[in-house]
Amino acid sequence: MATAFQKVYTKISQITKATCSLKATGVGYDELATINGKLAQVVKIAGEDVTLQVFEGTGGIPTNAEVVFLGKSPSLKVGEQLAGRFFNAYGDPIDGGPAIEGKEVEIGGPSVNPVRRKQPSELIATGIAGIDLNNTLVSGQKIPFFADPDQPFNEVMAMVALRAKVDKIILGGMGMTNDDYYFFRNTFSNAGAQDRIICFMNTTEDPAVERLLIPDMALTAAEYFAVEKHEQVLVLLTDMSSYADSLSIVSNRMDQIPSKDSMPGSLYSDLAKIYEKAVQFPEEAGGGSITIIAVTTLSGGDITHAVPDNTGYITEGQLYLRMNSDIGKVIIDPFRSLSRLKQLVSGKKTRKDHSQVMNAAIRLYSDAANAKTKLENGFDLTDYDNRCLDFAKEYADKLLAIDVNLDTTEMLDVTWGLFIKYFKIEEVNIKKEFTDIYWK
Amino acid sequence: MTKGTVSGVIANMVTLKVDGPVSQGEICYIETGGDRLMSEVIKVVGEAVNVQVFESTRGLKVGAPAEFTGHMLEVQLAPGMLSKNFDGLQNDLDKMDGVFLKRGCYTDPLDRERLWDFKPIVKVGDEVINSAWLGEVEENHQPLKIMAPFQLEGTAKVKSIVPAGQYKVDDTIAVLTDEKGNDINVTMVQHWPVKFAMTNYKQKPRPFKLLETGVRTIDTFNPITEGGTGFIPGPFGTGKTVLQHAISKQAEADIVIIAACGERANEVVEIFSEFPELVDPHTGRMLMERTIIIANTSNMPVAAREASVYTAMTMAEYYRSMGLRVLLMADSTSRWAQALREMSNRMEELPGPDAFPMDLPALIANFYGRAGYVYLNNGEVGSVTFIGTVSPAGGNLKEPVTENTKKVARCFYGLEQDRADKKRYPAVNPIDSYSKYLEYPEFAEYISNKINDKWIPKVLALKTRMQRGKEIAEQINILGDDGVPVDYHVTFWKSEIIDFVILQQDAFDDVDAVTSLERQEEILNLVTDICDHDYSFDNFLDVVDYFKKMINLCKQMNYSEYKSEQYYDFKQQVMDMVNA
Repeated sequence: MATAFQKVYTKISQITKATCSLKATGVGYDELATINGKLAQVVKIAGEDVTLQVFEGTGGIPTNAEVVFLGKSPSLKVGEQLAGRFFNAYGDPIDGGPAIEGKEVEIGGPSVNPVRRKQPSELIATGIAGIDLNNTLVSGQKIPFFADPDQPFNEVMAMVALRAKVDKIILGGMGMTNDDYYFFRNTFSNAGAQDRIICFMNTTEDPAVERLLIPDMALTAAEYFAVEKHEQVLVLLTDMSSYADSLSIVSNRMDQIPSKDSMPGSLYSDLAKIYEKAVQFPEEAGGGSITIIAVTTLSGGDITHAVPDNTGYITEGQLYLRMNSDIGKVIIDPFRSLSRLKQLVSGKKTRKDHSQVMNAAIRLYSDAANAKTKLENGFDLTDYDNRCLDFAKEYADKLLAIDVNLDTTEMLDVTWGLFIKYFKIEEVNIKKEFTDIYWK
Repeated sequence: MTKGTVSGVIANMVTLKVDGPVSQGEICYIETGGDRLMSEVIKVVGEAVNVQVFESTRGLKVGAPAEFTGHMLEVQLAPGMLSKNFDGLQNDLDKMDGVFLKRGCYTDPLDRERLWDFKPIVKVGDEVINSAWLGEVEENHQPLKIMAPFQLEGTAKVKSIVPAGQYKVDDTIAVLTDEKGNDINVTMVQHWPVKFAMTNYKQKPRPFKLLETGVRTIDTFNPITEGGTGFIPGPFGTGKTVLQHAISKQAEADIVIIAACGERANEVVEIFSEFPELVDPHTGRMLMERTIIIANTSNMPVAAREASVYTAMTMAEYYRSMGLRVLLMADSTSRWAQALREMSNRMEELPGPDAFPMDLPALIANFYGRAGYVYLNNGEVGSVTFIGTVSPAGGNLKEPVTENTKKVARCFYGLEQDRADKKRYPAVNPIDSYSKYLEYPEFAEYISNKINDKWIPKVLALKTRMQRGKEIAEQINILGDDGVPVDYHVTFWKSEIIDFVILQQDAFDDVDAVTSLERQEEILNLVTDICDHDYSFDNFLDVVDYFKKMINLCKQMNYSEYKSEQYYDFKQQVMDMVNA
């Protein structure tokens, strides 16, 4: 890679598992370098001592390796040709196709000025009632699935992506198993959606630290299509917990004091920089948007761990998957799931009774959970308790299960049907103006 | 001025070698690739100075030049700041070009060319001290005072003052002669270093005036005062932001400053999309007219996060010096603490609890201490009410930021996951939350005069009922519905009435979102009557049916326009049920 005018360093003074240090001058912070051809990035400069983080690990690097500084930060060539292509963490094609010709853009670029954003207001319909009815998605939103590793989050995410009306779907895979990678490839190609897909992939076979580049690569491509082409872009990031693990590896190697759960103290800012790329641009800026749906895998459903905890404070809600033993299906858990932007569309882009119906149903579902506890503790159930339990089962089956595919008006009608079937009008606590119309 | 050169870079911490004196907290600009990066001194070791850069340091090289300014981080204070969106360093965000924030792009917070209708207050020969009101201009219907320089020492004589007329902020509107005989030209612009509290008042008594927010769980149950302090801790998804926005929309304040500190950009967008169309329920004017937004969202430079809360507080103190009632909201103070932690970590300081810096408790205490109700030197009053949110890691309130805030804030509005899961919003825990102001005799006296002397005893009685209701709920959980006397169910359901009718409030319903004090009094009286009534039932199922019906009627009443026919109709139905 070295060209004639570049200075080549050949004396590495320190090598750790992830970093190399050497004496060099004229080096810029964040700049890329190659060490015997392996890509590395400047993470610390102290006088003449420069520390480089080597993405694929330092194994095999000798102390006399050739180090060449490239004078630029990690970047991606962007253009229409990105569509339908598969890339690795460096933005190099892995599908056997030609290299991309286009404008070279540094990844991890600046933030959108908040006053140049528009308040999101377009509903993204998924057909899944656990999402559309209870936790409506809005374009320009950022929302993760919180799920245990054995839950079908990738399947649900692929389904959501294919049903959503968007111009581009950009998949960023971090530490993804080869099996899941093939699942996505096949699902997208069977659905005839290849030309809308762009994929940046780091599988479990690739070095862990390379993962740190994936979100920025995916979002740089997303910004190109949203800003320059005014398109609606959906970015899927899976799995952000693997990303955070890589962050902690690097910070550990850099001797930083870990904070909660061995994560770096900057975890919140690191995650926020990624998620905050979600944006809705106003008409005068072309009206493009970036919506981010991510996956954060949990360990045994523990959301107090630093990764889901910080994520929850950054994203605009979260979707929980849970196995419902009453119906033997996976449902979107109505209690902890939340879409913070839903009130921007529910009752505005959907029928007016939407939010009241949604809240009433969840309240009754919560009464059913209490009844279940009573039952488990061996107490007698009242008539109301029994009705709640019956309601909960049917509600889970007809609406919460992830195999539901309805439009929102149908969802509302189904819910009203269940209210009428199981409850008295005063038990649902809904505004009279709506019960007058729909309670029949 | 002192100059320096870059000798080391780790993320946004840069080491400079300097050639002259520098002071702690001094601002300098580092030049790289044509950009000037604003930075603040955080540590000095001999000739090596550590600075935190308020921007990305990408591409910064050893040897890059830096220039010191001789002053600390300061803001400019003048008419023309209302309705504006600033970043944490007081750059006007609307003046920036392009969709993306450009590194090293700093914009003027003030409009230099705008003309203001100035009316003098003092006359030639008057003696004035610092912050004395020299004249007045009007901005968005607020009378803003033009004051003697905050830094003025001792007394000064007014040598000249311009007649009423139109002036720009930089025009000299008065000349003062200080005790040493020096003439001081006074413009409408003041400068103030943000890390220092303004103490330009005579006295700071205990706050005693109710600050109406229209949120029942606050006003009725745990009131906050003008000049009071409060904080809202809560796990994510429990409605911190919704509650904060409700307060900032509805509070009876002259000026509302919202510091979005390390939070979501879309929340700021929500404010500036919605506020221009919303009406202040107290004055009937547009909400945006009284609002200032300080936005340092989570993707903006971390170092400026800390600055953002100080910038906001300094602006609040500025308006307080004019005798205005200011409400300052900061969302969230935990992000500020995290920014401090990141920097402390990079400086390799020995960490305190949870890796936060050791001086975190002192920083939080000093910051909350800047709020307050004050008697100004001219006998007028002003106030800065401060409400901060806290985002406890893992929702666990036993963490440094929550614990240290609890020591200094007088109102605690603890948001509870369990209530949020049950959609009992606002999810403020009615048992653990408190307002210390309820215990102040001067507050009780104020309430007796403003509402009546029964109000506080009634509120305290309902609080006791909530406590009792919770105890009974626990007993029922253990013993079963049949395992406790029917009376217990009645007591439990009375607490549910209080919860559903007073505490729960629909922030997204046009009517229910805001409740006037008058209406809150009616609800309080009604619920007290319901609770004080004796009921006799044969079995607990009848109790449940009866109170569910009652709750439904009360909720319909809450959704009805105040004093409408429908409202009185539902209220009558409730009273008929009680008296039947």
